[in-house]
Amino acid sequence: MRLVLHWLRQALVPLLSVICGFIVAGFAVFLSGANPVDALVALFQGAFLERNSVSETLIATIPYIFLGLAVAIGFKAGLFNIGAEGQFYLGAIAGTYVGYSLHGLPAIVHIPLAVAAGMLGGLGYAVIPGVLKARFGAHEVITTIMLNHIALAVSDYLINRGPMGDPHASAPKTPFIQHSAELPILIPNARLHLGLLLALAAVPIVWFLIERTTVGFRLRAVGLNQTAARAAGISVGWTIVLVMAMSGALAGLAGADEVLGVSHFMPPTFSVGYGFDSIAVALVARSNPWGIVPAAFLFGSMRSGAGFMQLQTQVSADLISVVQATVIIFVAAPVMVRWLFRLRERPAIPTPLAAQEGAAV
Amino acid sequence: MNEFLQRADLVGLAAATLLASTPLVLAALGGVMSERSGVVNIALEGIMLTGAFMGYVAALATHNLWFGVGVAILSGALIAGLHAVLAIEFLVDQIVSGTVINILAVGITGVYYRTFIQQQNVAGPGTLPVWKIPFLANLPVLGPIFFQNQFVTYAMVVLVVCVHLLLFRSVWGLRTRACGEHPLAAETAGISVRFMRYGNVMLSGALGGLGGAYFSLQQVGNFLPNMTGGKGFIALAAMIFGKWTPFGAFLASLLFAASDALGSRLQFYGINIPYQITSTLPYVLTIIVVAGAVGRAIAPAAVGRPYKKS
Amino acid sequence: MPALELRGIVKTFGGLRANDGVDLVVQWGEVHALLGENGAGKSTLMNVVYGLQSPDAGEIVYDGQPVVIRRPEDAIRRGIGMVHQHFMLIPPLTVAENVVLGHESARGGMMDLTAAGQMVSELSHRYGLEVDPRARVRDLSVGLQQRVEILKALYRGARLLILDEPTAVLTPQEIDRLFEIVSNLKAEGKAVIFITHKLAEVMRIADQITVMRRGKVVATTTPAESSPPDLARLMVGRPVLLRVEKGPAHPGDVLLEVEALKVEDDLHHPAVEGVDLQVRAGEILGVAGVEGNGQRELVEAIVGLRPAKGRVTIAGRDMSHATTHRRLKDLSHIPADRQQMGVILDMSIADNLVLPDFDRPPFAHWLIRALDSIRAFAARIIKEYDIRAERPEQRTGSLSGGNQQKVVVARELATDPKILIAAQPTRGVDVGSIEFIHRRIVEQRDRGLAVLLVSSELDEVLSLSDRVAVIYRGQIAAVLEGEAIDREHIGLLMAGAA
Repeated sequence: MRLVLHWLRQALVPLLSVICGFIVAGFAVFLSGANPVDALVALFQGAFLERNSVSETLIATIPYIFLGLAVAIGFKAGLFNIGAEGQFYLGAIAGTYVGYSLHGLPAIVHIPLAVAAGMLGGLGYAVIPGVLKARFGAHEVITTIMLNHIALAVSDYLINRGPMGDPHASAPKTPFIQHSAELPILIPNARLHLGLLLALAAVPIVWFLIERTTVGFRLRAVGLNQTAARAAGISVGWTIVLVMAMSGALAGLAGADEVLGVSHFMPPTFSVGYGFDSIAVALVARSNPWGIVPAAFLFGSMRSGAGFMQLQTQVSADLISVVQATVIIFVAAPVMVRWLFRLRERPAIPTPLAAQEGAAV
Repeated sequence: MNEFLQRADLVGLAAATLLASTPLVLAALGGVMSERSGVVNIALEGIMLTGAFMGYVAALATHNLWFGVGVAILSGALIAGLHAVLAIEFLVDQIVSGTVINILAVGITGVYYRTFIQQQNVAGPGTLPVWKIPFLANLPVLGPIFFQNQFVTYAMVVLVVCVHLLLFRSVWGLRTRACGEHPLAAETAGISVRFMRYGNVMLSGALGGLGGAYFSLQQVGNFLPNMTGGKGFIALAAMIFGKWTPFGAFLASLLFAASDALGSRLQFYGINIPYQITSTLPYVLTIIVVAGAVGRAIAPAAVGRPYKKS
Repeated sequence: MPALELRGIVKTFGGLRANDGVDLVVQWGEVHALLGENGAGKSTLMNVVYGLQSPDAGEIVYDGQPVVIRRPEDAIRRGIGMVHQHFMLIPPLTVAENVVLGHESARGGMMDLTAAGQMVSELSHRYGLEVDPRARVRDLSVGLQQRVEILKALYRGARLLILDEPTAVLTPQEIDRLFEIVSNLKAEGKAVIFITHKLAEVMRIADQITVMRRGKVVATTTPAESSPPDLARLMVGRPVLLRVEKGPAHPGDVLLEVEALKVEDDLHHPAVEGVDLQVRAGEILGVAGVEGNGQRELVEAIVGLRPAKGRVTIAGRDMSHATTHRRLKDLSHIPADRQQMGVILDMSIADNLVLPDFDRPPFAHWLIRALDSIRAFAARIIKEYDIRAERPEQRTGSLSGGNQQKVVVARELATDPKILIAAQPTRGVDVGSIEFIHRRIVEQRDRGLAVLLVSSELDEVLSLSDRVAVIYRGQIAAVLEGEAIDREHIGLLMAGAA
C-alpha cells in the first residue's frame, strides 16, 4: 500500500504534465482552425481502435523503451545524449549489414549476431562524443547533434546508390535482410515482434545496473558531483566514456531492432526525430527505468496515432512535438506544475547540466 | 594546381562564404549576449526556425517583406522570452529549456506550415532585394563580395560592430558581463540580474530571429520545415571558438561558412567525393573546433547557473 | 541619533531561526563589533540590512528614519555599504569597472572610463587605499582586492560600512593596514560594523561589542568592560578549551614525502613552485599560510587530482604518476571544500560514508554492491561519530554543516589510513564539532597516523601541529619546530616579510 502511494506520488507530476501537454496542443490545434476534440479522438482511434493498431502502437513503443533507457542512463551521469538519433542510425546500418550479408546461418546465431552488431554500431558512434568530452571537454550537446547530421548524411551515402545500396531496387534502399535474421513475430497476422520482449527485458537490467552495481554508483556519483567523485578516486573521464558506450549500445539496439523486426531493410531516411523524442521519454520518466515503460508507451501511441490523425483531420503529425515540448516543460519545471495545481513539497534544484565543469555550450 | 586558385572562383567562394555566414553570425552574436549574461542558449536553432516561419507568414499575409523581417525579429525575441521565463523564473535546467524551445519550434512551425502555407495557393512574397552600393559595388573583387548583398547580410556586418560596442563599451555591456561572471556580485552592486538576463536572452532571440529571416526571406523566398538544418548549433560552436566575443564569433562563423561553401563546390572543382560526404564538412569542423577550442577558451564563469535570491 | 537601529529582526530558513528577534544599535563614528561563532546569525543579520535577504519580521531604522530595504540598491542609495566575506568582485574586470559597476558615469549609454579612473584615484588618496584603477582584479592580491571592495562602498557614498569577517584571509600585517583604514573611516564620522569571531581583534578595534549566539543577541558590552574569556563564554554559552589537549609526538618513519613539487593553478599560472615536505608517522605537520598561496594546489597534487611535476612518495612507494584511486589506498583526504569535494549532497549518508571505497570489499563483491554491509557500516559510524541523523538512507544535504563535515572526517578516519591530509578540517563548523574533530585527529596521531594539516586559521595550525611549515607564494618559507613556533614570526613569514 505504501509502495503504491509512493508510486502514485512519483507519477503525479508527470501525469499532470501530460494533461497540460494535451491542453496546450489542443489550443494550438484550435488556433490552426481545426477541432481539437476531433484531433484527439482521431489520435486515440489511430493508436488503439483501428485494425492492428494496438500491435502497431506496441511496435512504436519498442524503440522508445530502448532510446528512453539510453538517454536516462546518460542523465543519471549528468550527460545530455541528444545523439540517440545518430546512434540509432549506426545501429540500424550495422544490423542491416550483418542481416543481409551473412548467408546460411541458423536464426539462433544470425539474430544475436545482427543485434550485437547493432549494439556495437551505436556504441562505437556514442564513444566518439564520450571521448571528446572526457579528453577535451567538448560539450556533448553540440557534438552529438553534429554527429546526428553526419550519421544521416553517411547513411544516405551508403544506401543511396552507395556501397550498401540495392542495385536491383528502383528506389534507394538496402537489400532485404535474410529470413534467418528477422525477429520472430509474436502474434499471428500482426507485425508485433520479439523486440518487445527484448525491450521489456532491458528495463530491469538497466535498473539493476544503475541501482545495485558499482558501475551504477560510479555513474550516479559523477552525475551528482563530478568534483567529489574525482576526489573519491573515481575516474570521471572513463565513466563518461563508459556511460556513453552503454547509452549508445541501447540506441544502436533500437536501430537494429527496427530493421530486424519491422522493416527488414533500410531506406536512406529512416528515423525522424528519435533523438528529441527519446529525451522527452526520459524526462517524463524522470530517468527512472521503470517509468520509461509507460512514458515510451505514451509517445509510441502518439507516434502511431499521429498518421491517422493527420489523414482524418488535416492536423499535422508535428503536433506531437508540441505535446512533447509542453510535457517536458512541465516535467522539468515541477515548480510550475505544483504552482498550477497548488501542490505542496518543494523539489530540490538539481545540479544544472548546463553548468558542468570544464564544458561549455 | 587546379581551378581552386582561379580568381573568379575564389571571389565566388568568398561571396558565397559571406552569404552563408549570415545566419551563423547573427545566431552566434545572440549566443554571445545571452551567455555573457549567464544563460546558455542552445535554443538558437529553434529561435531561428521560428523567426524564419513567422517572418515568412507575415510577409505572405501582408505582401511586405520588411514587415516580415520585423515580425521575424519580434517572434525570435518572444520565443527566447519563453526560454528566459523557464530558465530564470522556474529554474529549469537551461539545456533542457533550450531543448524544449527547439522541439516546440519544430512542432509549431510544422503544424501551422500545413495550415497556413502548404494548403494555401498564393504567390510567395519573393526574396529581399539585392542592394548594390553605388561605386563600391563596381570595385573589382571587393565589390561582388561585400557590396552586392541583401539586407540581412548588410545588417549582420553592421551588427557585429554594434554588438561589440554594446558588450565592451556600454553600461549595458558592463552589467551584462558582471551578471555572467558573478551574478551575486552584480546583485550586491545594485544590478537586477533577472532584468539583465531577460534583456539579453530576448536580445539574443531578436538576433536569432533576424538570422531566421535570412532563410525564408533572403535565401529561399519560401518556408520549408526544418530549413535551419542545425545552423543554430553550429553558431554556438562559432561562439565558443570565437571566445564569446563578437568579432571572434564573426571570424569563426566565416570559417564554418567557408567549409560549407567549399563542401558544396568541391565537385564543381572536379574533386570526386560524394556530395553526402562533402556536405558533412561544416559538421565535422564544428566537432573539431568544439573539442579543440574549449580547453583554451574560458566561458563566462556563471554561465548555465540559475541565480535566485533567497 | 544612531546610525542604525534594528528592532526585533526575525529571519528563518526552513525550520532554522537564523535571526530570532535581534535588536542592535550602532552610532555614527563608532566601530561596532558583531561577535559570534559560525552560524550564530551575524551574516544573515547583515544580509538583511543590506537587502540581500528579506526579514520575516522586525524593523530597520536608519539615521532616525524607519526604512524598508528590499534590494541592495535600496541599501546603497541610503549610504549603507558592505564588504562581503567572499568578495563581490568580478575577476576579469578592471578595478575601475568593478568600483563603478551599477553606478556608472555614462554618456549616451557608453561608459566613461576616464572619469571612473579619476574618481577611483581620488578616493584612494583620500583614505589611503592605494590601488591601480586599470589593473584587472584577478591579478590583485587578496589584501588589494579587499581595498577595491572598500573603495566600491565609498564610491557609492557609504556612511555605514559593514565588514563581514574582513580579516579571515589577511596576514597579520595586512590586518594592521586594514585597522588603520578603519580608523580613518571612523575619524570621518562613518559608522563601521565589524563582523568577526576573533576575540583579539574585537578587543583591539571595537568601541561597542554585540555578541550573538544561535540567532539571538546575548550581550552588548565594550572592550573595557569585558575580557576575551568572558566573550568566549558568551559566544558559545559554556566555557571552552581554547587549546587542544595533546601530549608530545613520537614520530616514526617518513610516510609522506613530497620533493620538488611544481603545480599550476586553473589558469595555468605556477601555484606551487618547488615544495619539499616530509610527514612522519605519529606527527602532525601544519601548513600555515594566507589562503591562495598554493595550499589548494599542493593538496590536490598530492592526492592526484591535479597534474604536477616532482615526486610524491606515499608509504614508501613512488606515487608521482599514480591515479587518485591508487593513492587513496593508504592516504585519506579531508578536502577543503566540503560541499563541492567532500560529500555528494544528493546521495545518502551511507553512500557518502563509503565513497572512496565503494568498489572494494566489504562494500562490493565483483560489480555488485553489498548493500547490507554498507548499511551496517554506516549505522556503526553514525553512532560512533555522533552524526545527528535519523537513518543512514537520509540525504546528506539535509544535515547541518558540522554533521556533513563529521561524515567526511569519519569516512576518512574509519578505514585506518596511514596518512591523513586534512585541508581546512573545521571550516564552517560549530565549536562543539571543532573540538570533536580536533580530538579525533590527535587520537589518530597518537596511534601512528601521519597528518598533513592545511589551514588558513592560524590558531588551528598552532594548537594542533607538532611542526609548522609556512607557505608563501607556492614555496615553503620555513619549517619550524618546538620553541621556534612563534605567532609573530609566522605572521611575518606568511606575508613574505622574513
